[in-house]
This record gives sequence, C-alpha cells and structure tokens, in this order.
Amino acid sequence: MSDLTLMLIRITFLCVLWLFVIMAVGVIRTDLLGPAKNKSKRSKRSEERRSAGPARPSRAPKARRNEPRALVVTKGPLAGTSLNLTSQPIVIGRANDATLVINDDYASGRHARIFSDEGRWIVEDLGSTNGTYLGQQRLTSPQPISVGQPIRIGKTVLELRK
Amino acid sequence: MTTEAPTQLPPIKRRNAELVMTLAAVAITLFAMIEAGLTRNGEMPASLFVYGVLFGGLATLAHVFIRFFAPWSDPLLLPLATLLNGLGIAMLWRLFEATGDTSEGSAQDQLILTAASMAVFAALVYFLKEPRTLQRYPYIMALAAVVLLLLPLIPGIGMTVNGARQWVNLGVTTLQPSEFAKIALVVFLAGYMVTKRDVLALASRQVKIGPLKVLDLPRARDLAPMAAMWGFCIIVLVIVMNDLGTALMLFGTFLAMIYVATHRSNWLVIGLTAFFGACALIYPFVSHFRVRMVTWLDAFRPDVYCTDEAMANPDSFCQTAGNSQQLVQGLFAMAEGGMTGAGLGGGKPGFVPEVQNDFIFVAFGEELGLAGCMVMLMAMALLVERGMRIALASKELFIKMFASGISFLIAFQTFVVIGGVTRVIPMTGATIPFVAKGGSALLSSWVMLALLMRMSNNARKPAPQAIQDEGATQVISR
Repeated sequence: MSDLTLMLIRITFLCVLWLFVIMAVGVIRTDLLGPAKNKSKRSKRSEERRSAGPARPSRAPKARRNEPRALVVTKGPLAGTSLNLTSQPIVIGRANDATLVINDDYASGRHARIFSDEGRWIVEDLGSTNGTYLGQQRLTSPQPISVGQPIRIGKTVLELRK
Repeated sequence: MTTEAPTQLPPIKRRNAELVMTLAAVAITLFAMIEAGLTRNGEMPASLFVYGVLFGGLATLAHVFIRFFAPWSDPLLLPLATLLNGLGIAMLWRLFEATGDTSEGSAQDQLILTAASMAVFAALVYFLKEPRTLQRYPYIMALAAVVLLLLPLIPGIGMTVNGARQWVNLGVTTLQPSEFAKIALVVFLAGYMVTKRDVLALASRQVKIGPLKVLDLPRARDLAPMAAMWGFCIIVLVIVMNDLGTALMLFGTFLAMIYVATHRSNWLVIGLTAFFGACALIYPFVSHFRVRMVTWLDAFRPDVYCTDEAMANPDSFCQTAGNSQQLVQGLFAMAEGGMTGAGLGGGKPGFVPEVQNDFIFVAFGEELGLAGCMVMLMAMALLVERGMRIALASKELFIKMFASGISFLIAFQTFVVIGGVTRVIPMTGATIPFVAKGGSALLSSWVMLALLMRMSNNARKPAPQAIQDEGATQVISR
C-alpha cells in the first residue's frame, strides 16, 4: 500500500464521516425550517394514508364489536394521549391521584369518572364545578357512552375508541 | 402555567431515511475497519465479512423492529447510536484484533455486548408502551437507585477496579450498577419535580441584606427530600466509591432538570455554591479527591507525571499518591493527531494506558484528528438535540422532564469524559456513551435510547381524529 493511497483513504473516510453528519442534518431539516414547499406530493400521500388509517378495519378479531378498548383525548392540552380500558374505573381530573391527570384550568380535582358496568361504559360527573358535557348536554346523572361519543371536560375532549 | 407544547414535530415517519442512515453508519464502521487493516497490517481485515454481517444484521433488525413497534419515533436516534457504537467497535478492533493482542479486551466481545444491549433495547421499546407509568413510582425508583449505588459496597460481590469500587461480580459477568442507578435517579427526579414543580418554583423565602433582596431560598420542606437523596448519592459516590465521574454527571443533570422544571436561576446559584462548597470541604479529608485535583492542575510537574527520576524517589508524589501519565500521554496523543489525524491504524494510541475505556476519545483524536473528533461530538450533540425535541414536542410534564433529563444525562456524561481527557475538568472515571468498551455502559446507553425512542414515538404520533364533532366546543369569533 503506497502512502498516497493510504492518505486518500484517510481523507475519504473523514469526508464520509462528515457526509453522514450532513445527511443527519438533512433528515431533521424539516424540523428546523418547516416542511419544504416541493414536498407537497409526499405530504399529500401521507395525509391520504393517515385518513385511510382509522377507516381500515382494526386488526383485532378477538375484540367484540363495539366494545371500546381505549379512552383517547382528542382535544385539549393532552390531545393524543390514550389510556387502555380495563375493568378499573378511570377518574379524570387535576388531582395527582386521578387515573388521567389533565392539566386543564377548567377541570376540578376529581372531575368525572368513567367505569364499566357489565360491558357498558358509563360516565359520571363527580360534582365538578364546570360540569361534564356529553355532546352538548351537561351531565346530571351517570350516562352510558358509546364509542366515538365526545365527552368534554373543560377544554379537554375525550372519547372511547375500539 | 403553560403545558401546551409550543412546537410540534411534523407527523412524518421518515422510516426509510432511518434505514438509509443506519446502513450508512454500518458502512462507515466497515470502512473504518478496512482503513485500519490496510494502514496497520497492509491487508484487508480477515473478519470484515463476519463483522459486516453481524453488525449490519443487528442494526437492520433494530430498524425493522422500530418500523413495526415504534413507527412514529424519531428517525435519527437509531442511526446516530449505530454510528457511535460502530465507531467504538472499529476502534476496539483496531486497538486489539489488528495488533494481535486481545488480552485487555476485544471488538468481538463488544459486538456480543452490542447484540445483548440491542435485545434489551427492543424489549424495553416493546414492553414500556407508556413511559408515563414510571411516574407512579418515584420513591421506589429513588430506593432502587440507592440500592444499586450501594451494591458494590457489599463485601461478597463488590469489586474494586483501578481504585474505584463500582463493580459488582455476578459470577458469570461483572456489572457497574451506577450506570443504571443514574437512569433510576432521573426517573425519580422527573416524577418528584412534576408533583412539586409549582411549590419549588413559587414558595420561597427571601434573603435580604439590608434592604437589598439577594436571593430567594426555597423552603426546606420542599428541598429536603431531593437534597437528601442527591447529597447521599454524591457523598457515597465521591467519598466511598471514588466514582467522581458519575457524581459530577448526576449533579449536572440534577441542576439542569431543576432549572427546566422551575425556570429559576437561583437554583443554579444554590446548587453551584453547594457544589464548590462541598469540594472545598472534602478537599483536605478525602485523599483520592486531592490526588485527582493535583494530577489535573499540575499534570506536567515531573513528580506528578512520573519521570524516571521521580520514579526512583520513593517519597515523590507518583510513588505515594498517583500519577498523571495517562492524562499527559492522552494530551500528547491528541496533539499528534492534529487536524486530520494519523489515519486509523496509523497512530500509536497503545502508549496511553487503559485507552479502551475512558480514553478511547484520545485514540480517535490521534487517528482521526480534530475533523473526526468533531464528527463524534456532532453525533452526540444531535442525539441530545433530538432528546430535547422530544421534550418540547410531548405534552405531558413528566415526559418533558424525563426526556430532557435523559438528554442532559447523555450530554453531561459526554462532557465529563471529554472534558476530563482534554484537561478542562479533573479526570474522572466515566465512559463516552455508546463508544467506550464496557457492557454496563453500553447497555445503559441503549436503555436510555430505548426510553427516548418510545417517548418520541408517543410524542410524534398524530393525535387521533375526533370521530364525532357536533360542535361540542363553542367557537367564538370576533
């Protein structure tokens, strides 16, 4: 191996290392500069895929139809959070011992409870100050809820999902 | 109180970019081995194919696993970790296999440890679906950290290596439990600060000198549990176990996290005062701490560096206390490297004692030069930056604290090691995440990566769309 070849290999290696760093920065460029304009094709495709996602039948044949499996937050500071449903009741509120702690100025400490009653899920207001809304109606008594029905607590909207 | 994330990460998966980058990292590893083999022995490494298949296979498997089980996670975390890990393996191969001496370690062992760490990584990503569940057990985590830290002190299983009592002998293998204790401590801190955040930030007592307000002191009852916990860990680490690196790293992370949680700079003032006060306090009493300071400040003094003359004198510093040979040799090696380095295999990093552990950065400095070292630092910086992005993008306070805590941990660990070998701070005993030889360090790095991965997946996952939206929220327009 001549010295020249070795030197070329050496310099190439350093260039490859820096190329890697530049590639890495390229990957996160969208974070730094926002999505580029000429990427519209890609974003449209991913949007289509995303909208097609929930419509696809879920691959969980074990679950019975219409039986909710998760409680998800669709609006508010915690949007995107999801909680798996078990037989345990779920307490929602600002208190630290609540099952779902929501940091919402309009929520009470223990605001509402969602529990299962022989396969049906029921939401109950726990005497909150600002009330729990099922659709547009303020809850006065425990009400059964079905999948996809929005429950509003302060600025937070929750719903059951299959 | 602002809990809403100011910045959203774009909901793009970028899994293919991850695959390309990961394969590029594997290719760089193999390139490094080829370069070392050609330069050092004048021939292609015989085991190149085996390493390529195994390491490339492992990285690809990790990628496929992520594609299925954490598809929304950050696309840069895995490639960066693969690059650092691969460079570490290549350097160990160059240090041991290429020279034909594998008595002190080998790249093969490191490859096996990488496989084990990646398995733990996959298991953690798979089973810890919601990292927020860790929030429930802050005090158990604190207890676990204390137990882990104290484990090496138990006579039967504790081991002392190179003067630091931080190893546990499990019969089949040895472990360094402080590597895992630091993660448990970050969980504890994140959980504790989420519950006590407001109180820590707001309830305080003013200290006045005359009419002048000097400082806001937090109330003792808010401060005490945390201070006790951390004081305990750091005292145990520094005085009993001689593990300054971990102590420094944990303390830095602690200050950074409390600053993140409360946005108050007086915490930094209190913390730094306490830190330097403690250093001054223990300086006269703890001899190994004093030795470290002397070897840092007077590294080039003949009797500290240990010249032949000093060696002959039984009363000299290096005969009675310790020497700075490792540090000074490391500095010379890096100076030798210069801008572009001697090329992998072209330097003589074997002169630096224990170069495979804490001083592996020196070997890179000598053989890749400043240009190559900066790539490693950039990779670390990008890793930390991605962690901070996860903290910014996630909505839950605990996840914010946890992700930023882990990022700070990686950052401070890197700083403590590289600061130590470049003589910016006293030499301590920590290892660069992912790169250095050692199973515990590698495993804990991959555990941290798994946690970040899972958190980024949950943070970037697009919010579920409302199925019904019959005007549940009133829209007020002006």
